[in-house]
Amino acid sequence: MVVMNPAGDVARQQADLILWSTGLMLIIIIPVIALTVLFAWKYRASNTEAEYRPDWDHSTGLELVIWAMPLLIVIALGALTWLATHTLDPYRPLTRVAPGEPVTPATKPLVVEVVSMDWKWLFLYPEQGIATVNQLVVPVNRPVQFKMTSSSVMNTFYVPAMAGMIYTMPGMETQLHAVLNKTGTFEGKSANYSGAGFSYMNFPTRSVTEAQFGEWVESIRRQPDRLSTDRYLELEKPSERVPAMGFNAVQPGLWDKILGMCVKPGTPCMQDAMAKDMHRGAHAPVSNRPPVDKPDGALFKAPEDKKGGENRGAPIETPAGSQDRGGEKNRSFSAIDHSTLPGVPGRSSAAAGA
Amino acid sequence: MSETLLKTIFGRLTLDSFPIHEPILVGTFAAVAFGGAVVLGALTYFKLWGYLWKEWFTTVDHKKIGIMYMILGLVMLLRGFADALMMRAQQAMAFGANEGFLPAHHYDQVFTAHGVIMIFFVAMPFVTGLMNYVVPLQIGARDVSFPFLNNFSFWMTVSGAVIVMASLFVGEFARTGWLAMAPLSGLDYSPDVGVDYYIWALQIAGVGTLLSGVNLLATIIKMRAPGMTLMKMPVFVWTALATNTLIVAAFPILTAVLAMLSLDRYIGTNFFTNTGGGNPMMYVNMIWIWGHPEVYILILPLFGVFSEITSTFSSKRIFGYTSMVYAILVITILAYLVWLHHFFTMGSGASVNSFFGITTMIISIPTGAKIFNWLFTMYKGRIRFELPMMWTIAFMITFVIGGMTGVLLAVPPADFVLHNSLFLIAHFHNVIIGGVVFGTFAAINYWFPKAFGFKLDKFWGTVSFWCWTLGFYVAFMPLYVLGLMGVTRRLRHFDDPSLQIWFIIAALGALMIAAGIGAMLVQFWVSFRNREALRDTTGDPWGGRTLEWATSSPPPDYNFAFTPVVHDLDAWYDMKARGAERPTEGFRAIHMPRYTGAGVILAGCATVFGLAMIWYIWWLAALSFVGLLAVAIGHTFNYDRDYYIPVEEVIETENARTKALAAGA
Repeated sequence: MVVMNPAGDVARQQADLILWSTGLMLIIIIPVIALTVLFAWKYRASNTEAEYRPDWDHSTGLELVIWAMPLLIVIALGALTWLATHTLDPYRPLTRVAPGEPVTPATKPLVVEVVSMDWKWLFLYPEQGIATVNQLVVPVNRPVQFKMTSSSVMNTFYVPAMAGMIYTMPGMETQLHAVLNKTGTFEGKSANYSGAGFSYMNFPTRSVTEAQFGEWVESIRRQPDRLSTDRYLELEKPSERVPAMGFNAVQPGLWDKILGMCVKPGTPCMQDAMAKDMHRGAHAPVSNRPPVDKPDGALFKAPEDKKGGENRGAPIETPAGSQDRGGEKNRSFSAIDHSTLPGVPGRSSAAAGA
Repeated sequence: MSETLLKTIFGRLTLDSFPIHEPILVGTFAAVAFGGAVVLGALTYFKLWGYLWKEWFTTVDHKKIGIMYMILGLVMLLRGFADALMMRAQQAMAFGANEGFLPAHHYDQVFTAHGVIMIFFVAMPFVTGLMNYVVPLQIGARDVSFPFLNNFSFWMTVSGAVIVMASLFVGEFARTGWLAMAPLSGLDYSPDVGVDYYIWALQIAGVGTLLSGVNLLATIIKMRAPGMTLMKMPVFVWTALATNTLIVAAFPILTAVLAMLSLDRYIGTNFFTNTGGGNPMMYVNMIWIWGHPEVYILILPLFGVFSEITSTFSSKRIFGYTSMVYAILVITILAYLVWLHHFFTMGSGASVNSFFGITTMIISIPTGAKIFNWLFTMYKGRIRFELPMMWTIAFMITFVIGGMTGVLLAVPPADFVLHNSLFLIAHFHNVIIGGVVFGTFAAINYWFPKAFGFKLDKFWGTVSFWCWTLGFYVAFMPLYVLGLMGVTRRLRHFDDPSLQIWFIIAALGALMIAAGIGAMLVQFWVSFRNREALRDTTGDPWGGRTLEWATSSPPPDYNFAFTPVVHDLDAWYDMKARGAERPTEGFRAIHMPRYTGAGVILAGCATVFGLAMIWYIWWLAALSFVGLLAVAIGHTFNYDRDYYIPVEEVIETENARTKALAAGA
């Protein structure tokens, strides 16, 4: 059970908290279940030996106990909650990488910028100047600061072995600080439903030694692909079961543009729209960027634009995927023959074997 | 015909909208069409149409409306459960190279429909139906405050259900999850009819729910029998009062948030879009500000049911009535202060998360007090293990487990690893099945003899009970384990083969529950067949304590020939204890509301309006909306709203009861 036996210090503390809270609650849950069974048995109608007091309906002492008992447990649990919520706040930089191993001021966390897309994960490594898709590699025992956003809808970034999940949201940055204390490959995924390709938004998370990490970075740098604006715009379009990719370099300023939802040239950035509003004296709204490429409301559609009424369960022809956001072909993408997809290890061989 | 003309007439409805290439749906449609044809044929053959229309569809009698709500809930339970079986089957088989039998397009609709149907069209009709049937009887009233409104509310709920069912065969349902979270549910990412089906089904059913809440609130406040002060109301009436307060305060939020979502989709506003000042997080907040009170709307009336049953079958006064009432009120208020615990993981600060975590834990205090009160009601009682009591004990044991995992989820750092996981799924099924569903079955077995005059068969009821309770544990305990293994919800395919065994066990549990549902249907049939042997002529088969048992089973249209006077919390027990004599003379004509078909017609217009909006058929939407207004205004000119049951009829009915009682004694 990876949640109870994780590989990262943050998840370890979260698992301990689950155990402590459960223990505290069992103090009251077990007696309640036991008493239910006991009373049901003892005071069954056929047992005429048992005392019967049909009009007994009040006892101040008992009432005090039945309100005070849960209250005391909630006070204990509430105190625990307050402390744990603050120490394990995902926005808070780590103070230790493991019990008894505090983070020294000299330790700089590895920064990874995470973008959830329809339906894959993009990871930018600003320090190393590289980017990957659907593969996350971090050095063991080094604190990692994840800065997260989304290119379309909400997802959550979740590596159960490392730490709890946090939402990724378009036009907003969320953060997570975490660390992995064991080397190995762990499961990473989106835990918030985001559309047709959601089930395959998995990214293996590898925890490696510092040396191996350096080698891995070099191997990515040797990849031919570069994450330019155009390449990003292409990548952003909906696709499913995308194989792992690596980019040897990243367009400068790309992360800020993703965050501002303005990678497409000519699109006003959200940060600029917000700054303008602030200047005018308004409080900063959320993502107050003028809409671009926004579909018309239904009432303003000309009759011939009224599309999207088909039941799209089975594809009429094999769709190869479309590059339009919300494009029709992507709706039945899961019917794609994945054995033809490049770089899906195991699948093509399994299909060939069958 | 030109395409423009076709689109103007039919909106986006085309021949492609019908899922003729989906074997599962075509099969289902054939079965539904065949079953429907048989039912319609039988109704015509036995000339029941006039009877149904006159006695049931147009009724304003709270008892008949209550029964119709329960039937709606049962029918929709079969649909929602079919969805559940499909999900369990898909997850049990879709491992590795096996993609299962449902493509994403279909699977995503199934889990959305399952949630929507189970909450809005199963649990809500059950709860509303129980309150409708029982509350007026328990407070000694002859009907609810606004009898016509009651009929209208019911048919609006049916209208919502019809729209959801239509999505199965025309177009498709939402692929967003049961709360249709923005921005996924916006026009950018869900341009199809699915989300529009969702919006209009809930908006139309929501009108019914809200009006029924207003109605029952007014009924409880204004129509109690003389002597029934607030602190002499049965606990079930208290919980109904709390629930309807919650409905009246919470459902407008749902209406507002769905209205804003429809504005985004229909006229291009930017409430919840990613750009243009929209804020999807606002949608999440608003839907949960309704959504959390909603879970208390569902569970509170069942807490009332368990209170009545525990007291009746322990043959003992309810323990700690006053603290019970305060517990209900504390829960009602706190229900509004916890919504953020549904999204601790959205990045709020630690102090905000702690606040909402701790308020959530505080709710467990009054809830715990209630459990103890039931426990001490059993203590020193004489417990009869009839079916309602068996369901109650199963509830007490199951619900505390669900309560414990719920408090666990309220600890924010623990929630970070359990949010959106199968642990969460197991938790809320644990409280909703263990609480709402078990409670509904307890209530059905408890009040069935009141509603129909004969008890339900105990053998098949016991079979259903064990299949359901054991099936529940087999189906959902594996999900707790899977949640702790890091498995999250709404996935339709898995890579790790070691998980499969747990999903197979869960699927077996679902089959056991299916057997429980089957046994319950058999129970209804067997009881109907043996109704003479199971007949109850006393009107009080369980040794009841509250006023509904004071009248005959089934009660006459007017419930009580004379309005009872209440002196004690357990009014009927008190009357029995003091040897109160049932009045046998001095009857008078009784003023009653008249049946009307306006509710059916209004809801019919609303259904057409909803479907027209979903399919962008603007002329039909305008026409049906005008029709809706015209019928509503026209109905206000109907002055033939009431009548008197003649005194001869009252005397005849009451004399028949006197004879039946004498024969039974």
